[in-house]
Amino acid sequence: MNKFLRIAGAAAVALGLAGSASALSLNGAGSTFIYPLASKWFYEYNQNTGVEINYQSIGSGAGIKQLQAGTVDFGASDAYMSPEQMGAVPGGSVLNLPATMGAVVITYNIPNVDTGMHLDGKTLAGIFLGEITNWNAPEIAALNPGMNLPDLAITVVHRADGSGTTNIFTNYLTKISMDWAGAVGTGTAVKWPTGVGGKGNEAVAGVVRQVSGAIGYVELAYVIQNKMTYAFMKNRAGNFVEPTIASVSAAADGALANMPGDFRMYFTNARGAESYPICGFTWFLVPTHFNDPAKGKAFVDFLNWSMDEGQKEAPSLNYAPLPDSLVAKIKDKIATITY
Amino acid sequence: MAPVNTAENQTIGAMKSSPEGRPSGLARGGANPGDRVFRTLLATAAGVIPLLAAGILVLLAVSSMPVLEKTGLFFFVRKEWDPVAEQFGALAFAYGTLMTSFIALVVAAPAGVGIALAITEFAPLKAREWAAWIVETLAAVPSVIFGLWGLFVLAPFLHTYVDPILERVPGGPFFAGPDTGLSLFTAGVVVAIMILPTIMAVCREVFNAVPISLRESALALGSTRWEAVRLAVLAPSLPGIIGAIILGMGRALGETMAVTMVIGNAPQITANLLGPADSLASAIANQFTEATSDMHLSALTALGFLLFGITMVLNIVARLLVWAVARRMQHVAAK
Repeated sequence: MNKFLRIAGAAAVALGLAGSASALSLNGAGSTFIYPLASKWFYEYNQNTGVEINYQSIGSGAGIKQLQAGTVDFGASDAYMSPEQMGAVPGGSVLNLPATMGAVVITYNIPNVDTGMHLDGKTLAGIFLGEITNWNAPEIAALNPGMNLPDLAITVVHRADGSGTTNIFTNYLTKISMDWAGAVGTGTAVKWPTGVGGKGNEAVAGVVRQVSGAIGYVELAYVIQNKMTYAFMKNRAGNFVEPTIASVSAAADGALANMPGDFRMYFTNARGAESYPICGFTWFLVPTHFNDPAKGKAFVDFLNWSMDEGQKEAPSLNYAPLPDSLVAKIKDKIATITY
Repeated sequence: MAPVNTAENQTIGAMKSSPEGRPSGLARGGANPGDRVFRTLLATAAGVIPLLAAGILVLLAVSSMPVLEKTGLFFFVRKEWDPVAEQFGALAFAYGTLMTSFIALVVAAPAGVGIALAITEFAPLKAREWAAWIVETLAAVPSVIFGLWGLFVLAPFLHTYVDPILERVPGGPFFAGPDTGLSLFTAGVVVAIMILPTIMAVCREVFNAVPISLRESALALGSTRWEAVRLAVLAPSLPGIIGAIILGMGRALGETMAVTMVIGNAPQITANLLGPADSLASAIANQFTEATSDMHLSALTALGFLLFGITMVLNIVARLLVWAVARRMQHVAAK
């Protein structure tokens, strides 16, 4: 009896070990913005197929560095890779595949002013450059006739840490304002002419909430979940658009005509009557060739799944799903991955 | 105090020079190979520390080379920090670090020494252990928690209640305002709370080590309670108090997470303590993960190098001060 139990136990352990050895495991790292959605995707995909995908949300820049170092199988970034960066990845060639989209929302704290203040790019640039310093300035009043704007100093709040949100926001301001382009430029960390910095979306939101007269920029998901006060931005067509998942998708639609084949484009200030002007992609950074066939096949299957099932789950977490025509093009690109 | 010729000392003296004339085994490290191996192991372990420090220094210096080649040593006195145009300078951050630490020490040193005195000299016996324990528990709170508390509780509190009062105080440009609650002052206060337990705990040990005979002699000579404390406790403990403050300063200089959440992250040099600024450690923590360009990374490493340098220099100066004070007190005592 004892001998039987021991043999049965050993067999069970061996089977268990064999079982876990066959489960495939992939590693990725990068953007913190995509982390909530990506972790849900990886969990569900694991439930369906048993493939384990580990993701470290260490930041877009760090994700790119890890991909170049060869320590991860894929990356995720809110900024697309430059040709030099792509060349430094082992294998020499990387695909930037849009995974989802996010919007940057302008939030403010003005007594007796609710959600829905109208702002446009030029005024926003003026505020963040430190040229417009009071809420009763004529530029702001001109956009909001009838609104009771108090004599209150504007406190600008920006991100202290390097961030993809900052990248999209500064990209928009650079397109809109020559002054901004000359003085500051685009980047994940820039030289802010004025204002205080908060670490992360939470800190920016917290400071805006506490300081009367503050204005800051945070991600759409954050604004919706925390029921914050936000502005309607004037888009390229001249309409004041509320930041919603629908208006972000509309912006992507509007930008499709100019989308390059490798998807490396920022679509801030996109065309379209309903488009929200400050939004952008998060890309999966995938090498064009996987040395391990099993891993390559597993990840390609995952990418296709994320384009079909994955996009359906995006709205529940306040991410904008990719437009169908774009999904078709991305799937064509996914088919070119070799392993 | 001169060594007293007790029986103990005489025995030790005897051990040190045995009748055969050879120094004893304990003094020389042992004749047998086991002891020699043990000594080598200990020496290696001890040698690892300075080697590690030197290794870190070399790594920081090498990684800083690109930005120092581009900007020269001017980097350390330059105010500009522009990641897009790749123009970097460390002065604004150095100012933030030094100013925050200074404010923290100004607030925490008197408080720490005062609390330690109160606990060792004036508090009722039953309360002493409890009071010490409560203050020391503060030291166990993680730095990030202090940062969050500072951001969501202290900053609004200071912004609403304290800053308006400070702005009316005739302090010249130091409290000129405007302010958002995220400032050098808030960061200084948060760091002060964090280093308070360190200063208090060390001072308490130092005060407890003062022999009772000193206090008793002072009281016997007719001094008041406060005079006795000042002459018999504070005066001989001075090197220890300075040592405690050095420990606190060391922690304040390197404090990262708590500072970065409340300092306002605006790299500028301002006399206005209620205005935002930035510190060396905070800049590194914020920008390191997203810095993709080599020059930006090199600039951040150079900030780390500068912080390392500042900490080392201040510690050396403080250590020299302690030795000078201790030597002066020995001279006074020997007279």
